[in-house]
Amino acid sequence: MKTSNDHVEHIDIISRALPGIGICQELELRSGRRIGIVTRRDGLRDLVIYDAEDPDAARDQVELSEDEAGAVAEILGATQLVVQLSALQRQATGLHVEQLPIPANSPFAGRTLGDTQTRTRTGASIVAVIRQGSATPSPGPEFGLQSEDLVVVVGTEEAIDQVAAILDGKTG
Amino acid sequence: MTLAAGSASTGPHIAVLLIELGAILFGLGILGRLAKRLRLPVIPLYLLAGLAFGQGGVLNLSASENFISVAANIGVILLLVMLGLEYSATELISSLRVQAPVGLIDGLLNAIPGAAVALLAGWGATAAVALAGITWVSSSGVIAKTLNDLGRLGNRETPTILGVLVIEDLAMAIYLPLLTALLAAGGALSVLIAVLIAVGTVAVVLVAATRFGEQITALVSAKDPESLLLGMFGLTLLVAGVAEQLKVSAAVGAFLVGIAVSGSVAETAVEVLTPLRDLFAAAFFVFFGLSTKPGLLLGVLPLALLLTLICSSTKIATGYIAARRSGIGRRGRWRTAVALIPRGEFSVVVAALAVGAGAEAELGPLTACFVLLTIGLGALVNRLPDRLRPQPSHR
Repeated sequence: MKTSNDHVEHIDIISRALPGIGICQELELRSGRRIGIVTRRDGLRDLVIYDAEDPDAARDQVELSEDEAGAVAEILGATQLVVQLSALQRQATGLHVEQLPIPANSPFAGRTLGDTQTRTRTGASIVAVIRQGSATPSPGPEFGLQSEDLVVVVGTEEAIDQVAAILDGKTG
Repeated sequence: MTLAAGSASTGPHIAVLLIELGAILFGLGILGRLAKRLRLPVIPLYLLAGLAFGQGGVLNLSASENFISVAANIGVILLLVMLGLEYSATELISSLRVQAPVGLIDGLLNAIPGAAVALLAGWGATAAVALAGITWVSSSGVIAKTLNDLGRLGNRETPTILGVLVIEDLAMAIYLPLLTALLAAGGALSVLIAVLIAVGTVAVVLVAATRFGEQITALVSAKDPESLLLGMFGLTLLVAGVAEQLKVSAAVGAFLVGIAVSGSVAETAVEVLTPLRDLFAAAFFVFFGLSTKPGLLLGVLPLALLLTLICSSTKIATGYIAARRSGIGRRGRWRTAVALIPRGEFSVVVAALAVGAGAEAELGPLTACFVLLTIGLGALVNRLPDRLRPQPSHR
């Protein structure tokens, strides 16, 4: 899991609570520019582009509805997965990537990723968890799974089938 | 049947009431659209509408004044319960922890000028406490809307601005009972008891809401919005009424209900109560305007201008200090400073309480003037920090 993601640089996300409105998450890009996302209580998002000269000020704020935010997340998330997928498949043939849902009746809905022991039991790795359109890359063993999450699994076709069976509660 | 008979006997009166109410609400609807187009907060327009139709104004409303008066009281309660719903108890406590010193500076700098002006005008101690509250508290409604309209929600200084507002709102939970007790003309002891009850209740509610939020929420928890609306509205009025009976002030009772309810119920409650709040709060601002004689406005104008000048400067100082304390850059400090100038709903609530209880009558027109001036000034200068530098070409 670690090795496949080593090329991904660690990105600091600064969260600021906005009492009565929601939360603002700001991140600094390698270029030095900064962008942010305001998530409001009512589900609206704002994409914020910060001013290059005045680090405290937003240069622009674009309002996104829940659907629009989901679409943007999907586009960004999809390209990231495609890039990672092609990089992986270049390195090792026979490697597959698949998104598996956590069904509502899964024994692991509400438990941690570590509890599934998928890596030990199948050899496949869970490299990301997608929840409501936003992906958490490289989730740790303490990551809490919820029903309707999508887990992104990398491994052989057989191992991925085994992971699906474990998540569905069909084996041990 | 009895209903039909009853309405038949009061037919003409009901007709006039409906026509007056309808005309007022329709007019306010047009004002709301105008405000949206001009990117202005709607509160000053409601106040002006009330002034225009009030005693000695352009038009006289007779039949609906009683109804609007009751609606205005409900409006205050809804304004406060929504305020409580918007902040969770944890947000309040963490703001209190981080921003307490700023809250203290804010209170001292902005309450003292109001109190001093009232004392110099010879209005007595109670009016001084009322005017202190009027000049102290910035308008959360107007400021949150301005931040949104100017695209500043993501700015680094925005949590500082909101933090000051949260502390002020929390301070109101102590201040309002104090004012209520003073207005009831109780002795020093009854004022002390009222404040102790208020402090105790606020503390208990904050702790209870963080520990047992789920159980309290279960009282009104309901899957369908209709029963949630009735349950939440009913509980709020009930607690507000009891609080009023205990001289802790209905507004504070409503605020505490809002804080105690949390989680998904709070979110749904905000959704279902927002239209009610918009309706009744509009009634509140209009009623305040209605009960203020427009003729008195000119007389208090010099005093209102003086207050605006002093209390805008003190807010600017507060904002600048608060932002510097949070490590905001120079331009961000000025944005914080001018953001806090507008006063609004709280000042009007305090003035309405004070005048209603028979304190100095000039507080009414003075507050109307002061609120209009600070919102106007705020709208002007808040756009300045952006104008002072070249705009990005893509705008």
